[in-house]
This record gives sequence, C-alpha cells and structure tokens, in this order.
Amino acid sequence: MKFRGLIFANIFRKKVRLILTVGSFAVALFLFAFLAVVKGAFGRGADIAGADRLVIINRISIIQPLPISYQEKILRIPGVNALTHNNWFGGVYQDEKNFFPQFAIDIENQRKVLPELRVPDDQWNNFIKDRTGAIAGAKTAQRFGWKIGDRIPIKNSLFGAGNNWEFTLDGIYHSDRVGGDESQFWFQWEFFKERMPDSLKGNVGWYVLKLDNPDDAPRVAKTIDDMFANSPFETKTETESAFAAGWVKQFGNIEFLILAIGAVVFFTLLLVTGNTMAISVRERVGELATLKAIGYSDRTILFFVLAESLTISLVGGLIGLGLAALAVPVLGAALNGLLPTLILSPAILSVGLGTALLVGVISGLLPGIGAMRMRVVNALRRV
Amino acid sequence: MVRVDGNGKTNSLIQVRGLDKTYRRGGEEIQVLQRLNLDVDKGDFVAFMGPSGSGKTTLLNLLGGLDVPTHGSITVAGDEITHMSANKLTQWRARHVGFIFQMYNLIPVLTAFQNVELPLLLTKLSKSDRRKHVETALNVVGLDERMHHYPRQLSGGQEQRVAIARAIVADPTFLLCDEPTGDLDRKSADDIMNLIIRLVREYGKTVLMVTHDPVVAKLADLELHLEKGLLVEGSQIRQSALAGGVA
Repeated sequence: MKFRGLIFANIFRKKVRLILTVGSFAVALFLFAFLAVVKGAFGRGADIAGADRLVIINRISIIQPLPISYQEKILRIPGVNALTHNNWFGGVYQDEKNFFPQFAIDIENQRKVLPELRVPDDQWNNFIKDRTGAIAGAKTAQRFGWKIGDRIPIKNSLFGAGNNWEFTLDGIYHSDRVGGDESQFWFQWEFFKERMPDSLKGNVGWYVLKLDNPDDAPRVAKTIDDMFANSPFETKTETESAFAAGWVKQFGNIEFLILAIGAVVFFTLLLVTGNTMAISVRERVGELATLKAIGYSDRTILFFVLAESLTISLVGGLIGLGLAALAVPVLGAALNGLLPTLILSPAILSVGLGTALLVGVISGLLPGIGAMRMRVVNALRRV
Repeated sequence: MVRVDGNGKTNSLIQVRGLDKTYRRGGEEIQVLQRLNLDVDKGDFVAFMGPSGSGKTTLLNLLGGLDVPTHGSITVAGDEITHMSANKLTQWRARHVGFIFQMYNLIPVLTAFQNVELPLLLTKLSKSDRRKHVETALNVVGLDERMHHYPRQLSGGQEQRVAIARAIVADPTFLLCDEPTGDLDRKSADDIMNLIIRLVREYGKTVLMVTHDPVVAKLADLELHLEKGLLVEGSQIRQSALAGGVA
C-alpha cells in the first residue's frame, strides 16, 4: 500500500500523544474484557444449565432443608425421569482461603441426573464402595495437587461430629461442557447422614430432577409446588437455568453493572480518541490542504484520517485484549475458586476488537469529514 | 506570447476569457477580478504584481483550479476547467498543475524524498519508477544529496527547492508560484529564481508567478499588474506613471 509511509509518519508525529491514546484504548479494552469475563463467569451456570433439569428448593430459602420423604412423591409425577438430592457442606480444606463447594450427594442418582459430569466407571465403583470416599472436580484436584488415594481432611463447623471430616479421594470428574464447573467436591450422603445433627436428620438440601421432555418443565414444576403447598416445607421449583440466574442475582444486577461500566468506558474512549483525532487534523489543516491542492481527492483525505484512527484503535485494542488474556488466568488463580472458571472467550475478544474498531471509525469520521469538506483556498491561507 | 486583451491565439496553452470573481463579505459584494482576459503560451514566464488585496492570489487559485470564478472561462491545454466537477478538478490539478507556495508547504514528518514522491503516489508508476522520477527532480534542484533529510534539517532555500522538486516531479503542464521567494533572504531568493528561470529556459516549463518583489518580477518574461480587477502590462504601467496618471 503506497500510502503506508504517509499514514505511519502521521501516526508517529506526536509520540507522547500516540502512547497516551493507544494507552487509553488498551486500558479501556482491558477493562472491557475483564468485565465481560467476570460477567461470563457469573452467568455461565445459566448458560450451560441443562434444559431438561429442574431444581427444587425450600420456598423460604435454599438454606432451609426439604424432607427426604419428598423423593418418592416427586418420582411419581409423570414426566420425571430421575431425581437426585444434594446437601451443602461448607467445609474448609487446611485454610479458610481454600474455598471450594462441597456436596453430600445421592450416589444412586447423581450420574443419571448430571451425566455431563463424567467420572470413569472404575473410579465411581470404588467411590460407591467407600463410605468415606470422595470425588473431586478436575480443577480442584489440580489446584491442590490431589491424586487418587489421597486422604483429604475437611474442617467443618456447620455440622456436628467434631470439626474434622476425612475423605479418601476415589475419583476425579470432568465436565463434558465447555466452561462446565469442575470445582466441586462430592461425598456420600449416607456418610453425611450418619454424622449430621439430629435436628437435620430426614432432610436434604435440595433436589435436582431430570425430565423426560424439557417441554414438560412448566407443568412438572407447577405440580411439585402445588403438591407441597401449605405444608411446613413448601417448595420452589424452577429450571436449572432460572435457578442459576437467580443465584447470580443475589450478588446484585451484575449484568447492568457491567453494561453501565462498559458504556461509560466506551463513551469516554470515544471522547478521548475523537478529541485526539480532531486535534491531530486541526493542527495539520495546511498539510491536508496542500495534499488536496496537489491532487489528493477528498476521499483519499478521509481515508488517511480513518486509517490513522483505525490503526491507533486496533493497536490499543490488541494490547488491551492481550493484557486481559495474560491477566485472566492470574485473577482466576487469585480468586481461589470463588467464581467458576474465568474464560476469555473468542466471542469476548471479537466483541472487544469490534468495539475498538467501531470507536476508531466513529472518532475518525467526524474530523475526517471535516478535512474532506475543507476548502483548500481557505485552509492554505492558514499556513 | 502573453496577451491580456483577449485577442490571443486560439491555441494558447492557457486562455482566460471574461473572468469575474466576486466575494460576499458581511452582506457586501467585493469584486476582485472584472472581465479579465489572459493568454499564455507554453514556455512563458509571467509575473503578477499588485498591491495587497488586488486579487493576485485569487487569480492564481482560479488558474490552478482551487477556486471557481463567478463568471468567465479558463481553458488549459484545451480543457475548460471552469465547469469541471470538484472530483474532476482534483484529478486535473494532479495532472496539469505544479504548485509552489511561499511557505513551502512541505509535510514535516516526511523526508525530502517522500515529500517529492507525494504527487507520484497518485499515479500508476511502480515504486522503482517513482524512485527514478524523484531522484531526477531532486537532482534538477540540486538536492539529491539531501533526499533523506527532513524539512526541519534543511534551510528555507533548500525547503523551497524540495517544494519545487515536488511541483515538477510529475511533469505538470504549468507551474503556479505564490510568492516563492517571499520567505527567503536575498541570496536564497536569487538561487530560487535562478532555478525557476532554468526550469523555463532549459526544460521549457510554463510558469505563472505572484510576487511583491519588483526585483523578482523583472526576471519574468512579462510583468502583469493587477489594477482594479484587471491585468495591465508592466510597461504600460510605467508609461502611465511617466505620463503622471497611473490608473
């Protein structure tokens, strides 16, 4: 491209200004990517939730239990394929900062309801034979360097039988779904039941059921909630995706927050770059007029201005997204599993780059059109 | 031969007929050029003189296709430019006009070579052909040794020579010089004028020049004075002055 020399010479005309403009792009795109990654992590549960699964919790709150006796009644409802139950354990491995979710699971039905969380058969068979056995998600096992056969002590102050629970790691599960949660730690509900306080006996934390047909979800959910209405343990049944979305909402309206911050960043960026491009064009009106005088067309002048702003935005955007790609794994490690896997997806990178280019076009367009319409005779007088 | 009476040859290189230019400023109409005629042949070197505001630069802008007249026509090498669209006029300027400005108007972030190459970027010449043309133009103005210098590394006279090289590199039909020595000391001005005269004498270039400097104007084949919107030959002005009645 024969105009390359002219375009690059103009871009590098004021180096400090160039660095600051590219820097502002980089910071904004870094922030954008970072927020999008966090938003994605919060929303991922809903995104990858099974369309054919319902979650049944106590109507008052998820921390209130439900009777184990509901199991048989729910299984009798037409359209219910399988039902499992979980209990939140809330223990700590070695140190408070080593957080990861632990669940007491129903070994008979867990794999029927959640088939995408895969455990090799031999490991699963060892697990169900081992009363104190446990299965860990691949991410958690990797995080703590656990190997099969390791003894894993978990401190817990919620449930009785002393503070210390010790498990043997019998298996490691992986998720079939991209971005699936591989941070959980499972152990047998039967073992949990033996050591739980009397006040909790006969109860489970919540149920997850698998439907024969996802289209039955509204009917089955209504049937369950109607069935236990006006009982001491009323239920709230919703799709797994709605449940995950509701869970995220407990943290506040993350999506709105991220959109609001993103919008502010976008417009600030637009103002900064637009102003820079406007100044850059204004201070070389005479040069642009000279180019027009010697035969450069209005379109070519517009092309020069747009090429400059697009190059700046592209380089700034790539730097920002590159920094985000480096920073996301570091943040993921620092969060110690407080959020599901942080993923800087190709979609986020594409949207980020698209945003950078859009800002580049918009910020270059106004001064570019101004330069295009400038009357040569008037502009030459200003030289 | 240059004529201002409107009776020039039909095949003059530049033919101006009945040129009017009126500006409107604050509701007031200012007529800068009135029914102006001019004929210039290939290889002529004409100097336009006149007091500030007499319309010298306006005339140059009209001849260079940078501005459009209120009335009248300008024909260059058979092309009437007064009715061309803005786009056509831009292309015409690239092909036919070499501009030399008082303040040189070089791009400061480009080297002398790159500045001279600018008009050629609009042509279909290959990179190597462009290089040959630029080197030749810089050789003509005596700056081939400094082709990789930036304007800030050159003196005013050298900058103007680069500007002249840029003006001639695409071999335009004619050169328009707007006060080419106006920002230079006498020595540099003489050098620039010698260069312009060489372009006329050795290379057969047609040059139309606006200047305030009578010494510089005398170097042209013909001095034309702009008085009340009309062109008058310098000799007539002198005769009128001697007779005690300059218009």
